Amino acid sequence: MSDARSRVKVAILGSGNIGTDLLYKLLRREGPLMPALMAGIDPASEGLARARELGVETSADGIDAVLEDPELRIVFDATSAKAHVRHAQLLAAAGRMAIDLTPAARGPYVVPPVNLDEHVSEPNVNLITCGGQATIPVAYAIHRVAPLDYVEMVSTVSSVSAGPGTRQNIDEFTFTTAQGLESIGGAKRGKAIIVLNPADPPIIMTNTVFAVPRAAPDELDEPAVTRSLREMEASVQRYVPGYRLKSDPVFERRLVEGRERAVVSVPLEVAGAGDYLPRYAGNLDIMTASAVRVAEVKAHHLMNGQVGA
Amino acid sequence: MSAGRADHGRGEPTPDQPAWLAAPSGQPVRVTDTTLRDGSHAMAHQFTAEQVRQVVAALSAAGVPVIEVSHGDGLGGSSLQYGHSLVDEMRLIATAREHAGASKVASLMIPGIGTRRELREAIEAGMQVVRIATLCTEADISEQHFGMARELGLEAVGFLMMAHMRDGDVLAEQALLMQSYGANAVYVVDSAGAMLPWQAAERVAALKAALDVEVGFHGHNNLGLAIGNTLAALAAGADQVDGTLRGFGAGAGNAATEVLAAVLDRAGMQTGLDVFALLDAAEFVVAPLMPFQPLPDRDGVTIGYAGVYSTFLLHARRIGKQLGVDPQEILIELGRRKAVAGQEDWALDVALELAAAKAVSS
Repeated sequence: MSDARSRVKVAILGSGNIGTDLLYKLLRREGPLMPALMAGIDPASEGLARARELGVETSADGIDAVLEDPELRIVFDATSAKAHVRHAQLLAAAGRMAIDLTPAARGPYVVPPVNLDEHVSEPNVNLITCGGQATIPVAYAIHRVAPLDYVEMVSTVSSVSAGPGTRQNIDEFTFTTAQGLESIGGAKRGKAIIVLNPADPPIIMTNTVFAVPRAAPDELDEPAVTRSLREMEASVQRYVPGYRLKSDPVFERRLVEGRERAVVSVPLEVAGAGDYLPRYAGNLDIMTASAVRVAEVKAHHLMNGQVGA
Repeated sequence: MSAGRADHGRGEPTPDQPAWLAAPSGQPVRVTDTTLRDGSHAMAHQFTAEQVRQVVAALSAAGVPVIEVSHGDGLGGSSLQYGHSLVDEMRLIATAREHAGASKVASLMIPGIGTRRELREAIEAGMQVVRIATLCTEADISEQHFGMARELGLEAVGFLMMAHMRDGDVLAEQALLMQSYGANAVYVVDSAGAMLPWQAAERVAALKAALDVEVGFHGHNNLGLAIGNTLAALAAGADQVDGTLRGFGAGAGNAATEVLAAVLDRAGMQTGLDVFALLDAAEFVVAPLMPFQPLPDRDGVTIGYAGVYSTFLLHARRIGKQLGVDPQEILIELGRRKAVAGQEDWALDVALELAAAKAVSS
């Protein structure tokens, strides 16, 4: 393990399930990140108790505790969109880097294998939605070899893994994910659908991406699309080991708005690593895994002294 | 076949009080016709504005109080997942409003598919009643949408889909949530056409006992019980029920509105419907435009028996044909995996696996 001087101190804001899973992930990795603080607002929270047991410093003073220690260079925000709007300003003023796991979207959207390089020195980045992290890489993988007119994602997650925040703001999931499919996935138009499934035992997160390339069905380079998708799968697996395409893409000709178009369907599954959250909750795992991946790249960047470059 | 057997509740009628067998008490009942919404599935979402005009005019003339028009999967349902609409549903809603006369125009919306954006557009297009549908265990994702409906003074009806999956107690809890968000009525929706009459009655009775607002029932005919279940629901006190002309809806279709009108009239219920006008509408307006007559055939009964979402029918057939897999196998496997409303993409997933398994074993 690298010594403390070669590591970057990070803080987790929010002591709920997501914050706790982040902590477990950070403690399990031998990377450049040193989890130095978990800050919540409820002194009796289970997350803070777990952190203390694991020997990590905790505070119930929320953002104030983070701001007090100038060595905490990177801050994961796993609170709520409303709280993050306030946190974003305070963290920016204090020169800290924020990785936003809420839907607040104060900074640019980041999907690690697609556009992380563009945003390494960005002070605040947002991780879109779980469905976005799962499906935007697929959209982009098709788009980079066959530019897309339209892309649609359908995400099915277990009911027990959809928390009150998602439930009360389900339209925001739809809007944000669709925007991400367009702005990062590359499609001219994106659409997102989410389905909650109450089966017990809970189902693993599954997604299907349907993509309509601009190219006519006869002109589509199908082997190139398949290759690009498999490469992307491997890239995502580097930080989300439970991510897999359930089959090669299915190529069809379908009538789309009155014209025969090529439609590429890609079914995929996201199993969690089971660090703290259960394995079926791949939808939550892909958020925390992406957040850690983003932070690691940022930490390397910080240590190389390129801040503000 | 036993692997595909659904594990949904098999409540038995209590021998001393078979409420589902009782004659309905003659309460006034509001019939909503959803040919132009549930039938959108059977139509693969290809309704034209002219067809909407004809059906709405006929329903309105026959005294149908509420006419539902939208993509089968509700506002915003036009997609590769469910099928693209031939004509923008907002245009169909506007056409319906233009010809609906004294009838109200309703649309379905399913949170997770449609959003408040489409809700607002539909109101501008002339929708007067929104039916907000969630899976029967997930009512709490509908709060935003009921909130908006209430704010804009719209009549809002809750739809608890796939209601065969849970008993009356669970459904009543979920219905109470919808009532607390502002629902004017809540429906027990047998999306899979999997209920038996006493099961429909048990669920409706539970909602009647728990709610202050009206209770409805929406049936499918996959087990040949759409009319029977609707009668049982009425015997248990339902205030609102659904039908489609010729039963033209998803899966094996719905309770046929014209049959319902005749049966409810014979049962002495006040519906305000003109039986003969509906028989004409079914025969001369809807039958000619139907690409096929939904009925409890091999795949249809399988849907009810396996307890899967009725709209999977045409998707399982299309994908089955493409990959050389029997649609019945796809439907049974979807039931085994407990696929729920909206999961059409799992039909592809399952078919790919079945095709791969077949390739290995042959």
